[in-house]
Amino acid sequence: MGAQLRVYRSKIKSAQTTKKITRAMELISASRIQKALSRVKASEPYSRAITRAVSAVATYSNVDHPLTSEREKLDSAAIVIFTSDRGLAGAFSSSVLKEAERLAELLRSEGKTVSYYLVGRKAVAYFNFRKRDSVKSWTGSTDQPVIETAQEIAESVVSSYNLDDQEGGVDEIHLVFNRFVSMVTQAPEVVRLLPLEIVEGEVPETPSTDVYPLYEFEPDAATVLDKLLPIYVESRIYNAMLQSAASEHAARQKAMKSASDNADNLIRDYTRLANNARQSEITQQISEIVGGADALATAK
Amino acid sequence: MASPLNVSVVSADQQIWSGEASMVIAKTVEGEIGILAGHEPLLAILAAGEVRVNATSGERLVARADDGFLSVENDTVTIVARDAELIK
Repeated sequence: MGAQLRVYRSKIKSAQTTKKITRAMELISASRIQKALSRVKASEPYSRAITRAVSAVATYSNVDHPLTSEREKLDSAAIVIFTSDRGLAGAFSSSVLKEAERLAELLRSEGKTVSYYLVGRKAVAYFNFRKRDSVKSWTGSTDQPVIETAQEIAESVVSSYNLDDQEGGVDEIHLVFNRFVSMVTQAPEVVRLLPLEIVEGEVPETPSTDVYPLYEFEPDAATVLDKLLPIYVESRIYNAMLQSAASEHAARQKAMKSASDNADNLIRDYTRLANNARQSEITQQISEIVGGADALATAK
Repeated sequence: MASPLNVSVVSADQQIWSGEASMVIAKTVEGEIGILAGHEPLLAILAAGEVRVNATSGERLVARADDGFLSVENDTVTIVARDAELIK
């Protein structure tokens, strides 16, 4: 019986140690969510300004740009997957990867070849384990994304978009990332980045005449658009990264909270069992002594 | 006098400055441009250089906004650059 008690005690100890770790991670994530959210908020003026500028060009001029026009033949697609660098965040990375798989399946059923761009160590590990190829990957800063990374990602996807099919160019680009809905919900989201489809127009649609309202572009509309669209793409990617970072912290906080709660439950259950074991050990010892004394008394 | 301009200077990760100004002077790829209230809608690419803002409070700001653009619409001026910063 003594052995049983020891087993319970060591289990309680290990649950307590785990709980210390998960509690600490929970607190760290909780403090980082706020920071990540304020970064999302701080980047809003930038993306709003760019979106407005793009929609101004789209509304007030009639330039066509390769980044906005749908190609006739769509036979290759690229998916950019945003996961985290570290685990212990519940279903954070796996739900994004699952969503990406579903999208890839859909694209393949439409007869497109799919290539991947990966952000975050978890996505890279997922692909390595399955011995699959990715075009390019970025790791190391998913919990605190910087604009430079977004710039690199934007450059490489836009340049592969601009290539011809024969040279391995792609016809459309999708982003898959976790959107921060609330502290408890983070939903994986798929957005088609290129060709651009969402230009949230704040300017009312002008009737389709050949005359555009007076709007001056320097040097001219085509050049401005040429310069603006890559920046727009970049800001969309940056926004996805920031959303994903905030979601990562929230997901980790939730996962660690439930881990701490589970550790609490385990400790309570094992403490009960250990008390039980201790009690029955004592009972047994008493009955042994009583039995022994009885035997001695009758033997006399 | 016309109403003042609403100016905001924005970089990728934050809004650097916003407020009212009487004049904005920027350097676009085609040359220097000064913007007063009532300017026609404009979207211009900025050249490397400084953007000067004469705030209505009398403050004079100088911002660096390489590789960015400038938009003017209804007396709202937005200066956007990936890594804009205030010099003084």
